[in-house]
Amino acid sequence: MKFTLSWLKDHLETTATLDEILYALTDLGLEVEGVEDRAARLKDFTLGYVASAEQHPDADRLRVCQVDTDEGQKQIICGAPNAREGITVVIAKPGVYVPGIDTTIGVGKIRGIESFGMMASERELELSEEHDGIIELPSGEVGQSFVDWLAENDPAKVDPVIEIAITPNRPDALGVRGIARDLAARGLGKLKKRDVDAVPGVFACPVTVTIDGDTLDQCPVFFGRVIRGVTNGPSPQWLQDCLRAIGLRPISFLVDVTNFFTYDRNRPLHVFDADKIAGNALRVHRAKGGETLTGLDEKEYTFEEGMTLISDENGVESIGGVMGGMGSGCTEETVNVFLEAAYFDPVRTAYTGRALKINSDARYRFERGIDPAWTPYGIEHATRMILDHAGGEASEVIVAGKIPDTERAYRLDAARVRSLVGMDIPESEQRQTLTSLGFILEGNMAHVPSWRPDVQGEADLVEEVARIASLTRLQGKPLPRLTEGVPKPILSPMQRREAIARRTCAALGYNECVSYSFIDQASAALFGGGDEATRLENPISSDLSHMRPALLPGLLQAAARNQARGFADMALFEVGPGFHGGEPGEQHLLVSGLLVGRTGPKDVHGASRAVDVFDVKADAEAVLAAMGAPARVQIMRTGRDWWHPGRHGVICLGPKKVLGVFGEVHPRVLEAMEVKGPAMAFTLWPAEIPLPRKAGATRAALDISDLQAVERDFAFVVEAQTEALTLINAALGADKALIEDVRVFDEFVGGSLGEDRKSLAITVRMQPKDQTLTEKDIEAVSAKVIEKVTKATGGTLRG
Amino acid sequence: MDDLKQKYLGQIADAADENALEAIRLGAVGKKGEVSLKMRELGRMTPEERQVAGPALNALKNEINSALSARKAALSDASLNERLRTEWLDVTLPARPGRQGTIHPVSQVTEEVTAIFGEMGFTVAEGPRIDTDWYNFDALNIPGHHPARAEMDTFYMARAEGDDRPPHVLRTHTSPVQIRTMEAQGAPLRIICPGGVYRADYDQTHTPMFHQIEGLAIDKDISMANLKWVLEEFFSAFFGIEGIETRFRASHFPFTEPSAEVDIQCSWIDGQLRIGEGDDWLEVLGSGMVHPNVLKAGGVDPDVWQGFAFGMGIDRIAMLKYGIPDLRAFFDSDLRWLRHYGFASLDQPTLHGGLHR
Repeated sequence: MKFTLSWLKDHLETTATLDEILYALTDLGLEVEGVEDRAARLKDFTLGYVASAEQHPDADRLRVCQVDTDEGQKQIICGAPNAREGITVVIAKPGVYVPGIDTTIGVGKIRGIESFGMMASERELELSEEHDGIIELPSGEVGQSFVDWLAENDPAKVDPVIEIAITPNRPDALGVRGIARDLAARGLGKLKKRDVDAVPGVFACPVTVTIDGDTLDQCPVFFGRVIRGVTNGPSPQWLQDCLRAIGLRPISFLVDVTNFFTYDRNRPLHVFDADKIAGNALRVHRAKGGETLTGLDEKEYTFEEGMTLISDENGVESIGGVMGGMGSGCTEETVNVFLEAAYFDPVRTAYTGRALKINSDARYRFERGIDPAWTPYGIEHATRMILDHAGGEASEVIVAGKIPDTERAYRLDAARVRSLVGMDIPESEQRQTLTSLGFILEGNMAHVPSWRPDVQGEADLVEEVARIASLTRLQGKPLPRLTEGVPKPILSPMQRREAIARRTCAALGYNECVSYSFIDQASAALFGGGDEATRLENPISSDLSHMRPALLPGLLQAAARNQARGFADMALFEVGPGFHGGEPGEQHLLVSGLLVGRTGPKDVHGASRAVDVFDVKADAEAVLAAMGAPARVQIMRTGRDWWHPGRHGVICLGPKKVLGVFGEVHPRVLEAMEVKGPAMAFTLWPAEIPLPRKAGATRAALDISDLQAVERDFAFVVEAQTEALTLINAALGADKALIEDVRVFDEFVGGSLGEDRKSLAITVRMQPKDQTLTEKDIEAVSAKVIEKVTKATGGTLRG
Repeated sequence: MDDLKQKYLGQIADAADENALEAIRLGAVGKKGEVSLKMRELGRMTPEERQVAGPALNALKNEINSALSARKAALSDASLNERLRTEWLDVTLPARPGRQGTIHPVSQVTEEVTAIFGEMGFTVAEGPRIDTDWYNFDALNIPGHHPARAEMDTFYMARAEGDDRPPHVLRTHTSPVQIRTMEAQGAPLRIICPGGVYRADYDQTHTPMFHQIEGLAIDKDISMANLKWVLEEFFSAFFGIEGIETRFRASHFPFTEPSAEVDIQCSWIDGQLRIGEGDDWLEVLGSGMVHPNVLKAGGVDPDVWQGFAFGMGIDRIAMLKYGIPDLRAFFDSDLRWLRHYGFASLDQPTLHGGLHR
């Protein structure tokens, strides 16, 4: 909402400065978004009087002028054709910045003669495009500030334009008068009376208006009258200046009047050319669907059933509360005008405007709510203005429907401001505030003014009182603790688990990413998503069309972007939700890590190598351990098809309890996502890890033996696809009490063993508890290990 | 006896290496060494002779042994020094490379905020990112026609043919978590709800996903003055600047009444923003007293309970605190950005150790 300071002062009698007004507006909740202070850039210019002007000896077009200024007579060289003796001019003295030419004036010599300043044109001061000569003023004193002269003689040129943001609850502030009322209530002046007397009609209105019975809730009331014999044309200068200042284009007087009241009083009006209303009858009705109209914006609209339309015998002429029609609008030639002031329902207007995608000043106001009670006054104000400037005579006013009743009252509980806001405001001040905002107090009941549709309860009264008093008066007050003493932990076990996973990943050298929750359909489909249930109806772009089923596609896209920037090797991770459906709650927390390229740049120690599956396996295990997962897990090969089929493992506690997956990303997926491999990844499901059963912090007692442990190595020849874990578990099972650990320390595939055979070498660590192991004991356990392993794997002890 | 002494001490001093030294040892004090043989002769001596020769031989043996071990140590030092002289490394070579992982600023700042509010007794509540339009709008006092709905640039989920329910939305704010938590826990209540939110907007200061933190405190006598105190305490702790002032400005949000936009004190010096000083104000969050309709929607009786709510952008306060210029870069995963603005894994914000370095 834009308005000028002088427009505001039409409604508000005030001595407040611009800064005071701006501060108060923002503080009142009418946030100032910008001020165009057109005087500020002219403040250094003063008036001068050209005492004499003589031809420059060395330049045909230049004159040497002696100019009286507040600092005495100055010599100024000037090239303007109208620079001559006896005129009052605008002077820029040395040091003054001239906006139109983006230059600061200095003392200089022009063709050998010194010049002490400049006489300005309108264009140089950005007042207009006029540059045929310097400004000649009809009045003014030598030394007077040019801004002061303008303020007195041509205020529209220096009037500050204020733009404020209007929250949806304040339609009344969409009119300058509403803004003035708030400022007056704050104590920044007095609201001026701006009533006009009703204009008596001198003939019966020749146009009739009816509202269909089923349309009365969409358009409860419609006031209208004809003014005949008007002379349309350009608006008077003050009105043009007003509209231009706030960014509106003056069109013709009759149209400008409607725009003026839209902004002055939040009272949208419409003018029909009365001679173009077929059958001299307007009907307000619900659209059947399919009707069309060319709007004032010259666009063609087709209506859906139920929209509010205004039609004559020929068909639709106007969209109620939204926009008038081209065909029946006023033009320069209009002689007889039909003036409409109606009230349209906010909800219906909002739906219609949204459906038709029309953003008009009228829609903006009706959908927020204008003052229905002011409808009859609005038509009188507009009539008066039209008669004053365009002549003609007014008919009687016709009315269809009736003004909707907005009467309601709420109890003012003076203590409520204290308890809800925490401010001490005396009851008398509270009552005064409400009264100045237009509330009428009867005892403790505050009757809400018709222009405040937002006030719907007692809390709103508190809000008004606090707002006008200023929330800056609010003093902070400590919030007492809910419990005494040391604060308790506040994170749930899952929240802690998430934080630990994140910090462990970072500790393992991964960089955390936060990527968008939506990705393109193709990438989502590669990871088992991209279906209809997870599709966005209105994505911001086709690249962001589906909720991500997993974190890996986002990380792979990030990897591709980084590779394109010249970074081949990276470790990225993300912790966040994946979406397995489109219903609330169909999301699950994931932790994913991605290793691409080599372990590091090539280096002098030869440490750099391509990343492999066992890198991500180690990291996945470390993060799982940090989150409290059990150490004994199963590794299955049942991962989804974005994993390399032979190079991945599913970490689980039984076939249905999957804690995570690690492995090489399928080469096809890498190709589709334009990532240069190899790429290793892991994904973990933190919620699948069982929560610890006991709550206490006590650890189990440490059970260690002073007896010496013994290690024995074995090598077995097994089928190439025999899994090491099978072998390890078999060896561990040989003597559960004695065997503490089994480690694989060598794998050798093929060679002399034959292509589908391999050798696996293990170290078995035996830890006696009661007595030192004898060689006999050790041999017995060794025999058991060999027996168990050969039985479990079908392999043989390597000779 | 003196001859022997001179002979062996001379030989020991001249020994070139440990082998030579060993040969000398065997020749002198070994089982069949010259000194040992002499000591065997003691038995055949008279007691008087023995009394003179015994101590002298023992002294000689000790002296030779000392000389041997002294020479041995000297030789060993010399050979070690010789070895060390050859063992020179260029220690300016780089160490074996290790990766430095980082924590994203959104995660870090979320933990910072959580630490501060946790101390004030707020727990962390969470909710779904896809939500019904009832939780996201209606329950928050934003009915279907409300202009705020259109202004929020909501993302909608597609609806299958024949499913006539209103489409679900990607939550446009973390406020639906207020309703879900009130439903689940009732009053009194103190929660913060951090998390990702979505709006269909993209430019230098807007991304289609960003992060908010919501605060909600409900009790019987909580007022806006408590809110002001809580926020001032929060900002002072968060920015690490004593006594940051806030300015409350009247505003409007459908879910609070009265509503206030909150500015924090700042200054602009040479284009640089400084928080907590100067005469300027920077808008940082929206807040207010929870609207009675919102309490009702959450199943909390507005005649008994009242409270405040606020919401602020995590990414935004991260940008302010750490001087990060562009919001869009938060979600671009550029390695250079992640490394520059990220945090070390062990930089866990705590109140006792400090929220930042």
